[in-house]
Amino acid sequence: MEPIDTSLIDWSRAQFALTAMYHWIFVPLTLGLGLIMCIMEAIYVRTGKEFWKSTTRFWMKLFGINFAMGVATGIILEFEFGTNWSNYSWFVGDIFGAPLAVEGIVAFFLEATFIALMFFGWEKLGKKTHLLATWMTVLGATFSAWWILVANSWMQYPVGMEFNPETVRSEMVSFAAVALSPVAITKFLHTVTSSWVLGAVFVVGVSAWYLLRGRHTDFAHASIRVASIFGLCAALLTAATGHQSGVDIARHQPMKLAAAEGLHEGGTHVGLVGVGLLKPGVNWAHPAEDPFLFKVEIPCGLSLLATNTPDGYVPGIKNLLEGGYVGDDGLTALSAEQKMMLGHKAIDALRNCKRGTDGEQVEILRENFPYFGYGYLKTPEELVPPVAVTFYSFRVMVILGGYFLALFAGLLLAGKRIAMWKPGLLIILLSIPLAYAASEAGWIVAEVGRQPWTIQDLLPNCAAVSKLPVGSVKTTFWIFAVMFTTLLIAELCIMLRAISVGPEKNCAS
Amino acid sequence: MTYTFLQEYWWFLVSLLAALFVVLMFVQGGQTLIWALGRTEPQRRMLLLATGRKWELTFTTLVTFGGAFFASFPLFYSTSFGGAYWVWMLILLCFVIQAVSYEFQLKRSNLLGTTTYRLFLMINGLLGPLLVGTAVGTFFFGANFIVDKQAIVLPGESPVISRWVHSWHGLEAVLDVRNVLLGLAVLMLSRCLAHLYFLNRIEDEEIRTRSRSMLPWEIGLFLIFFLSFAGFWLTSTGLAVASVSEAGAGVQEVPCRYLHALLDMPVVLALLLTGVILVLIGLFTPLVKPTSRCGIWSAGIGTTFTVLSLLLAAGWNGGTYYPSLADPSSSLTLANSCSSPYTLQIMSAVSLLIPFVLAYIIWAWHALEKSPIQPSEVDESH
Repeated sequence: MEPIDTSLIDWSRAQFALTAMYHWIFVPLTLGLGLIMCIMEAIYVRTGKEFWKSTTRFWMKLFGINFAMGVATGIILEFEFGTNWSNYSWFVGDIFGAPLAVEGIVAFFLEATFIALMFFGWEKLGKKTHLLATWMTVLGATFSAWWILVANSWMQYPVGMEFNPETVRSEMVSFAAVALSPVAITKFLHTVTSSWVLGAVFVVGVSAWYLLRGRHTDFAHASIRVASIFGLCAALLTAATGHQSGVDIARHQPMKLAAAEGLHEGGTHVGLVGVGLLKPGVNWAHPAEDPFLFKVEIPCGLSLLATNTPDGYVPGIKNLLEGGYVGDDGLTALSAEQKMMLGHKAIDALRNCKRGTDGEQVEILRENFPYFGYGYLKTPEELVPPVAVTFYSFRVMVILGGYFLALFAGLLLAGKRIAMWKPGLLIILLSIPLAYAASEAGWIVAEVGRQPWTIQDLLPNCAAVSKLPVGSVKTTFWIFAVMFTTLLIAELCIMLRAISVGPEKNCAS
Repeated sequence: MTYTFLQEYWWFLVSLLAALFVVLMFVQGGQTLIWALGRTEPQRRMLLLATGRKWELTFTTLVTFGGAFFASFPLFYSTSFGGAYWVWMLILLCFVIQAVSYEFQLKRSNLLGTTTYRLFLMINGLLGPLLVGTAVGTFFFGANFIVDKQAIVLPGESPVISRWVHSWHGLEAVLDVRNVLLGLAVLMLSRCLAHLYFLNRIEDEEIRTRSRSMLPWEIGLFLIFFLSFAGFWLTSTGLAVASVSEAGAGVQEVPCRYLHALLDMPVVLALLLTGVILVLIGLFTPLVKPTSRCGIWSAGIGTTFTVLSLLLAAGWNGGTYYPSLADPSSSLTLANSCSSPYTLQIMSAVSLLIPFVLAYIIWAWHALEKSPIQPSEVDESH
């Protein structure tokens, strides 16, 4: 058997990234717009005004156009764990498969069953039953997000498991630890609330377009009012959960935080880079000079974000590679080379333990298993993720998050007067692509920042990938790229057309 | 609950999901009949509306099947999906284009035009069942893989534990006529079920007449393909486990393996026979009694029983449910490919929700389908 071709790893990663990013174009709108739709329909049921029914139906139409693409792109992701990451599927399938199965049984059927009632049941169901169908659809989508994010969080923070040398895989020992891991809870709250923000920006953006054109103004004002209140609450929650997410990353994935901050050498009282420009082509493991062209820092900001104290110690890339600093647990951190050595010991012990029958080797394996994945790495430099991508994505996410907060607050303060300010309406309309940029940037930070791991510290990409001809993966990559791009363009055309047609007639006063 | 019981329970659940998926592929069958049954645009819209309300259930069953298989038998997920890459990718591509086509086909400014999306549906309708059936054929007649769990610790070499040894990566399944026969049988079954579904759901005499006149041909072809497959299936030599072990050792060839499995498990045999009889009753009902709308129920339940029993015969009773042609000792059995006892227990607890899920699906189905689809509905549809 020849070793794994590195271009196979790169193409497999590219394919997963492509499908995940396309999928994530559609999911946050489903979650965010879905809930706004639920609120509007609840107002309709409560007030009995046809205006709110028409308003709900309009947003539901856009929801439906978006939903189909979300479903189409989502199925690929589930199966790609098997097709492109087959070793991963065996190594952690015992743990990782469970949330996916629960998602299918608990969430997906809920969503799929009630969405048909939601779309086709306006004339067949009572008002309250239809409202229930709408809520169940959105609840199903949110449950689905919960289980997917549990699975994703487990990759970033593997808990509730033990390695079994007899079966050569990790096995679940606590479902509660996996399903209710603090990282999973934070990730779910941050991801879902940020999706609500995107949904709210979408609604105010489309409504602003109607105000710009002087059409459907009552509908637009009503939609802006609901979405702004909802969006402001969501943006505040996103900020709060974002902070907790930062604390989690500092604790469990310090290299990701160092990359997101472009922090080569850590310390105490570390500042948070508000805005900065990195020098191109920096070797982040051993930079010859200051890697920044310029930066504006918030003093002690990173220490505060990571440790909740202004003088907390935050390790940089160099510290993480060289070790020697004292961590939160009071222990001196190991260097990357030491971890690689322990990883090799774990792999050797697994090879020699004769499927768990040699007790001494099993003990060595248990002792060193936390470093198992390091045994597959060839150099410590492999531990450094792409810094520039992570750094800029982090800034895009955070800065835009602050902007949306201000946008919703401003809209609430302005009320109907916003219709008089044309440049403002244009800014609101142009905020729609910015919401998508922020949302995708968040995932780029989460996923690029944790490279080279598929499972933090336990399984790097090179040991997780399927053994396939590179040509096959390249071919499917391009098929997906062309197909998804074409369908995305089609979706945008349909969506724009539906928006230009506008809501039903009884949305006018 | 013993570990063996849990493995067999989960094989039952995965097989049941697969069986329900095959029934729900009437949606795919219906997609291949858009032009054959719908001569006018309103008629085509009625056909699309009828299947369009159900495609998400088919899709969701496929996704849940994938998740359940991953959770309960991760070595299969790793070996088959990672090895038979092209077959699974083609199946996925078919389902991707289906998902958007229903939603986009009648929308204005849909970029590709209504006909293109309907062609996508036709492609999904033809290739989906054909590929799924052919892929499932390898569950009985074998696939080209080697599993070596120790590969993960071989220094300086590929750490991949499952390897596919045929360069076509799954497409070579079409070289075995037995797999293709199953694929064709599934395709024709999906079309037959679609006819029965349309006869049940659509209030249009022209469509119903056309459907009834096409049905005998479709049934004839289905029976030819299915009985040929069944003949091979009952008489083929298969692999069974002489002694169950983690390493997969002790696998031996057994002549008429599946016939023996049925005789060893009379309940499964009874299920198979009941299933086949119900399918036949369902298929012939509209031919014997043209006014009847009930064929879909009998044929649907019969299909569930039949597919379930075929898969149970493969996995239960010490069989290899995924035999390896390249290295028989690598063949997958319930014992060597399943999740840990703890995970199976947890998943079993979750599976107790399934009756609840079925209950609300039935309720929703009933709420939406109180009366057949009328021609007037096509204009009001979403």
